Amino acid sequence: MTDLFTPGHRACAGCGAAIAFRQIVNALGKDIVIVNATGCGEIISTPFPESAWEVPYIHTLFENVPAVASGVVAALRAQGNDHTTVVCIAGDGSTYDIGFGALSGMLERNDDVLYICYDNEAYMNTGVQRSSSTPLHALTTTSEVGKALHGKEQFKKPLLDIVAAHRVPYAASTCIAYPFDVDKKLKKAKAIRGARFVSIFASCVTGWGVDTQLGVSIARLAVETGMWPMQEYENGEMKITMKPARKPVLEYFKLQRRFKHLTPEEVAEIQKTVDGFWAKHEAGEKK
Amino acid sequence: MMKAAISKPGTAKNNKTGDWRTFRPNVDNQKCIKCGTCQRFCPEGVMGKIGEYPEVDFDYCKGCGICANECPKKAITMSEDK
Repeated sequence: MTDLFTPGHRACAGCGAAIAFRQIVNALGKDIVIVNATGCGEIISTPFPESAWEVPYIHTLFENVPAVASGVVAALRAQGNDHTTVVCIAGDGSTYDIGFGALSGMLERNDDVLYICYDNEAYMNTGVQRSSSTPLHALTTTSEVGKALHGKEQFKKPLLDIVAAHRVPYAASTCIAYPFDVDKKLKKAKAIRGARFVSIFASCVTGWGVDTQLGVSIARLAVETGMWPMQEYENGEMKITMKPARKPVLEYFKLQRRFKHLTPEEVAEIQKTVDGFWAKHEAGEKK
Repeated sequence: MMKAAISKPGTAKNNKTGDWRTFRPNVDNQKCIKCGTCQRFCPEGVMGKIGEYPEVDFDYCKGCGICANECPKKAITMSEDK
């Protein structure tokens, strides 16, 4: 017996997104319809005429995944089906950038859709171009390191906060290295009606320049260093669901080619931002 | 490979990815505590059932080594696949 996401898919060895997909289908079960954006998730799982998904699946474009999902759920409900969960699966390129408008629309209408973003912080499918999810100073093929540029110049977009600002019933962030947390948050999201959003931090060993066997531990380090906060928004209230060990961010950076060029000043700058986030949160807790 | 007429949906299982492999995992059942860590993290889902000793499906295992790296008992070692 295999998962509802089968082997034979074309993901790179050590792929974090493939781990996320297994976690998603194992948590949500058979009674789902997957609406999948263009991106790694689609090209690795459904090269014509084959599919690694043993659940109903529709591939659509980068820009309209939430709109298609809204249509699918409207059709199901019109047929009298009030149980099937419509699930969007999209990468950060589709979610943060190209499909951002359609996502905002779906959230604002509070359509009965569970949107899952697997976030690997760049356009990996097309050859590691920067997205608005790519972190500050990271090397990609469109934020190169040389005389004119020293990696990406902008901060990562705070998408979870933007999603939560739509006042959706549930929004959360999790990480492939914590399978029980992923499972818990997805099952919780599944039980709620309305627009739900879960962001899963999923490493890309190829795009980040990490050894394949570190696929999971590098994602865990993002949480342990405080770079990727594990959060939950319910009824407008933000909650930190896991207190990180707060290892120095350098421990996370030094294993990745995309951060190899960082100067001590740049590392300190990022550490300061991370420290600032946690100081703000801890201050809020003491109130 | 193009297959023009499709009478039933194809499955990715037709694609045996085991030949991508350079390294192979070797499981030592003496050290294994059946915790399920390798089975949960395997990107291919080919380490067998949680609750049982790992059984690697070498038709698909790509040899990434995540199982060996994550195993809390160091019961899995990687060796060159010849």
